[in-house]
Amino acid sequence: MVSALKWSKPLLGDVLVILFGLFFVAYLFKGLWHNEHAAKLQIRLGDKIYASYSLDQNRNIDIQGPIGITRIVIANGKARFASSPCPNQYCVHQGWLSHKGQAAICLPNQVSLELLGGEKPFDSLNY
Amino acid sequence: MTQSSKNKSIEIETTLDDHRIAKLAAFAIGLHMLEAVFPSPLPGVKPGLANIVTLFVLYRFDFATAAWVSLLRVFASSLLLGNFLSPTFALSLSGALLSLAALFFAQYLPRRYFSAVTLSVFAAFAHMTGQLLVVRVWLIPHTGVAYLIPIFMAAALVFGVVNGLLTNYLLRINPAGLDEDKG
Repeated sequence: MVSALKWSKPLLGDVLVILFGLFFVAYLFKGLWHNEHAAKLQIRLGDKIYASYSLDQNRNIDIQGPIGITRIVIANGKARFASSPCPNQYCVHQGWLSHKGQAAICLPNQVSLELLGGEKPFDSLNY
Repeated sequence: MTQSSKNKSIEIETTLDDHRIAKLAAFAIGLHMLEAVFPSPLPGVKPGLANIVTLFVLYRFDFATAAWVSLLRVFASSLLLGNFLSPTFALSLSGALLSLAALFFAQYLPRRYFSAVTLSVFAAFAHMTGQLLVVRVWLIPHTGVAYLIPIFMAAALVFGVVNGLLTNYLLRINPAGLDEDKG
């Protein structure tokens, strides 16, 4: 087709494409990895906001849901489900959450917690 | 005499193109096998060396031949590795299809400014996109997959550039006109 000798090295367009790729990857890292630490914890029960707490405290919160009591623990700027009466324990196994935008849900007991920063990174979530 | 002519009548007519595609696909399958042996830090992150063959074929022959080689490689490799129709196969196929779609458009870029490096990077990004779509839609329908996207795309970029440079090198040491040379 065309002389191969000309393509042995990356050309001007290639360099631009690689740069574009680098920016693209950097943008993905920035957009999908928010490493900002959360400031607030919002707990929902059913379709209502149950309460919001600051993460600058250590405390246990017990919430009475449809199938029992779910315990949420706040400590050292992090929060987690400590115990929940659900059968699969997905919420408990999710462990400590500390970054803005992270969330954990206990569907059987209809409790969900979400970490918020200064402002929410998205407008709404539907479960 | 009649026996031999009977035997001849059931032989499949093969053209020179068929032989060429089979030969090139065999080479791609070899690379695919080689890669399957090495463990990867994250499932899905692989150099994609077989894509070098696809790119080489695209430059030396045409898009149709490259598509044949790429898809034959996906099917034959999955049969050899024993994961035909498994999730691994689905990932491989969706990646190959999107990669070919990207190459279909990228091949029209002016060759004065864009070499195989560009095509390889686009193909790698498309391949990863195809895989991630299958992962998100079928295998792990959870938004947590989003956390892995940057890592996968970074790997795609690195391997895309490396494969592109290797393709350039192969094209250089195998000048056009040598149909029999696979690179």
